[in-house]
Amino acid sequence: MQRIVLLAITLAVAALMGSSLAAPVNYKTPDEVAAFKPGPNLEVVQGNCSACHSSDYVATQPPMKDKRAFWQAEVTKMIKVYGAPIDDADVGKIVDYLTATY
Amino acid sequence: LNSTKALALDTVTLPFANGERPLVKYPQKRPMIGLTSRPPQLETPFAVFNDGPITPNNAFFVRYHLSDLPYDLNPDKFTLEVKGKVDKPLKLSLKDIRKMKATEIVAVNQCSGNSRGFFEPRVAGGQLANGAMGCARWRGVPLKNVLEMAGVHSGARQVTFNGMDGPVNDKTPDFIKALDIDHATDGEVMLAYGMNGEDLPFLNGFPLRLIVPGYFGTYWVKHLNEITVIDDVYDGFWMKSAYRIPDTPNNAVEPGTAPKATIPINRFTIRSFITSVPDGAKLKAGAVTLRGIAFDGGKGIKQVEVSTDGGKTWVGAKLGKDLGKYAFREWKLPVKLAAGSHELKVRATGNGGETQPDMPRWNPAGYLRNVVETVRVSVA
Ligand code: HEC
Repeated sequence: MQRIVLLAITLAVAALMGSSLAAPVNYKTPDEVAAFKPGPNLEVVQGNCSACHSSDYVATQPPMKDKRAFWQAEVTKMIKVYGAPIDDADVGKIVDYLTATY
Repeated sequence: LNSTKALALDTVTLPFANGERPLVKYPQKRPMIGLTSRPPQLETPFAVFNDGPITPNNAFFVRYHLSDLPYDLNPDKFTLEVKGKVDKPLKLSLKDIRKMKATEIVAVNQCSGNSRGFFEPRVAGGQLANGAMGCARWRGVPLKNVLEMAGVHSGARQVTFNGMDGPVNDKTPDFIKALDIDHATDGEVMLAYGMNGEDLPFLNGFPLRLIVPGYFGTYWVKHLNEITVIDDVYDGFWMKSAYRIPDTPNNAVEPGTAPKATIPINRFTIRSFITSVPDGAKLKAGAVTLRGIAFDGGKGIKQVEVSTDGGKTWVGAKLGKDLGKYAFREWKLPVKLAAGSHELKVRATGNGGETQPDMPRWNPAGYLRNVVETVRVSVA
């Protein structure tokens, strides 16, 4: 008898849960640990390349034959395609850092 | 969903230059291969694919482009808007959608850039090994039914899809994708809230995502809350400039060159993998059963063949249960291996006759990899 009551309660609760939606989500990602490696003009890079995504976007790129051309193209793409607000004067410094460091 | 401190549990080395990655632990996920942390991008450790044709929710890969995610999301307030060239614009709550007649489909989702790290010459972008794919049982409602409720105008040409995630800089193009109207109303394209019998994990698009069976993951918009019917061809960045493949035979070009014309990426190319033996494994001489998976863009797998001699001779494998033409198809084959080094290869053929190339094809964005894969083993 007790069993049956318990079962009925369980079913009722299950039905209630089924009809209501999940609680609000508050999704927490782990702290960001990736950081730009030390190198020339590090601060310029940190200032210009950290707003939209983590630095592991840079660190995981493949080792290319022509590093300077590769990084120049990436920085140009960030500015032209994704709207990165980077001063003309900083572009060379950033490309130098990336070419020397990655 | 609480926690967490940065947890680099360990590192893995993917088999290409600069392939060191942290193993990271996110809420609702088991340890995954961390590609980027903001926005989060997680690759499935390949061994998971040997556990069965359904990829568990907590192991399913994660790909985002833009860093403004709807981390604080109230499912009771969530609304899906359907608008544009329709008679009756809709605002549907999650309850409204869950009340509609549900369907289910088992389908593979694969990132367009899956396996990009193996491209030679290498190309910019997410440097993934083979773990940006997965197969799940999706539950939801056909997009067709929702569009019928809204009443699509007769001149409609495409439908666009936007999710709640967006750019942190308003100069960065929002991630919006488009499908032709015939495709969007084919009855297979689905609005899914369920994945393998549970709600979608947050990072896989909770509470609602688009399912586009047979098509690359770029179309499977997550946190989907805005559907717009249009009477022209959508020309936003992520359709017009990104996610394009060469308009050439096999969608390939000479390695290192640029195509003259491109088209939007679309269906998966056919692929197969050995899952039971990792590259570089040491095996005992004698009998061993090789296992793996195969899938294609929706014709379904007709045949899987295996070679243990580097591709000189091939033997047909036994196919596993058919979970549908969009699902991973398991295969297995008992083989005998003599002492020495062996190159194990696997090759799938689809019901449409297409098969995998012996040599890798190349395109500048690093999409569509489907070369016959090789696993090298030493046997003693
Ligand atoms: C205004 C936003 C913004 C800024 C600022 C920005 N980026 Fe990006 N970056 C993006 C977006 C958007 C992507 C594409 C992300 C994706 O698809 O996952 C991207 C991707 C990348 C990638 C991956 C490879 C590729 O081509 O997709 C690299 C490398 C990169 N950025 C480097 C940089 C560097 C270096 C800087 C600073 C000079 C920078 N970014 C600044 C928006 C930005």
